[in-house]
Amino acid sequence: MIGYLSFIVLIPLAAVIWKSTGSGLEGFWNAVTSPAALASLKLTFGASVVVALVNAVMGTLIAWVLVRDDFPGKGLVNSLIDLPFALPTIVAGLTLLALYGPRGPIGINIAYTRLAIVAALLFVTLPFVVRSVQPVVHELDREMEEAAASLGAGGFTIFRRVILPNLVPAILSGVALAFARAVGEFGAVILISGNIPFKTQVASVQIFSNIESDRPTAAAALSVVLLAFSFLTLLALDLVRRWGSKHES
Amino acid sequence: MRARYGLRFAALTYLMLLLVLPVGLVFYRTFQHGLEPVWNAMTDPDFLHALWLTLLIALIAVPLNTIFGVACALVLVRQRFRGKAVLNALVDLPFALSPVVVGLALFLVYARTGWFGPWLDAHGIQIVFALPAMVLATIFVSLPFVVREVVPVLREIGTEQEEAAWTLGASPLATFRRITLPAIRWGVTYGVVLTTARCLGEFGAVSVVSGNLIGKTQTLTLHVNNRFQAFDLVGAYTASVVLAVLALMTLFLMNLFRKETPRVDSGPRRDEALR
Repeated sequence: MIGYLSFIVLIPLAAVIWKSTGSGLEGFWNAVTSPAALASLKLTFGASVVVALVNAVMGTLIAWVLVRDDFPGKGLVNSLIDLPFALPTIVAGLTLLALYGPRGPIGINIAYTRLAIVAALLFVTLPFVVRSVQPVVHELDREMEEAAASLGAGGFTIFRRVILPNLVPAILSGVALAFARAVGEFGAVILISGNIPFKTQVASVQIFSNIESDRPTAAAALSVVLLAFSFLTLLALDLVRRWGSKHES
Repeated sequence: MRARYGLRFAALTYLMLLLVLPVGLVFYRTFQHGLEPVWNAMTDPDFLHALWLTLLIALIAVPLNTIFGVACALVLVRQRFRGKAVLNALVDLPFALSPVVVGLALFLVYARTGWFGPWLDAHGIQIVFALPAMVLATIFVSLPFVVREVVPVLREIGTEQEEAAWTLGASPLATFRRITLPAIRWGVTYGVVLTTARCLGEFGAVSVVSGNLIGKTQTLTLHVNNRFQAFDLVGAYTASVVLAVLALMTLFLMNLFRKETPRVDSGPRRDEALR
């Protein structure tokens, strides 16, 4: 088992870190702070923050509707939520391009813009917050809401003071996963972003073009930034979960 | 009541604009000019080879990850050892890591100029730009699914029955086969479905290590990209629809097996028991 993990995960990741410092720490620093690299990192993290925030709101809203509301076709909508997990990312990008691209039927063309990147990232990260919040909404104690209502609290106050505090750990853990996914996403953005340097080139796509144009050190340096970030997200996720479970008991 | 309809409207509109309409449009565009162009695209030798290669990679990667996943879950749940937290984090890493980084990592080890390159070259083994690297990349990205589905089930069933079997003189293998395996089978099945979906859809990692040679190292997702870049929309859409149909079948199976699994789906508390 250790061998399996070593040859597939550990040794390759070590190679990335080793390669990134191939021309010394200075070389690593220069590669990471080159204007193109900085632009792509800024775009990647900026778009991911937007995506995380939209997911926090819309994911919670969808989870709420799927548990508390009732309408014909709800079961179907519920299973559709997982579609972005099952659909290949390149297909996700292609479908968005078909509707919102240059030859789209509704006359809206967002192809090769930053908005398109956000849309593609929203597509692939849809399930995280919904699936994280849904079971918690399911287990919410309705009596607390009724008690608040009978004491004269309005709908918004009940949501803010009674419901939301219970959902926060689940929302945060879903948002962390969505954020991590958004930062590393490649397949969904490659077609729709147009890959314009300094404008719509996200970090993963820049790594890819660095590999293609035989600049492995630059690719590795940028990869190490993403790798470090993945570790940090997992760490944050672990903290959120511990905090959430302590909160409960 | 008004708030309720408002929320419902907002949720459904969002899903419609983001999910249903784009996917629906690709289905419509594929069959817009009848079945003949679709048939031509589906009998194209490059398409058929890509389909075959995609299935072949899944056929190798899924069983390996299933065996590893069950073994790893058993170790994580049933054993105490130093570095368990590290193993735990490592298993989750592919979820959080960009597939392009995965591809680059494998490239730097197994390519001709990589760490093992000279040795592999001397022994006439080609890994990068060939099937082995594509399989390795696919294994990497789909590594966590079986582990993450089996761990909570193992937690839940406990060790009482296994201990009873041991006291009655059953060997470890017999205990595993007769007691543990039947108890975790739905968790394993669910994990296998997720792993398969991830394997069939992998794009980023594979596109780095495959070299994207048409008719040789091109999977279905690479074929979609290639057809699109060549302005062959019918070809790109047809391959997409094939992948989308596979995805919808995955969804169907997920729903089926989720009902069989006694626990609620991926809640935040799911693997808390692990720590």
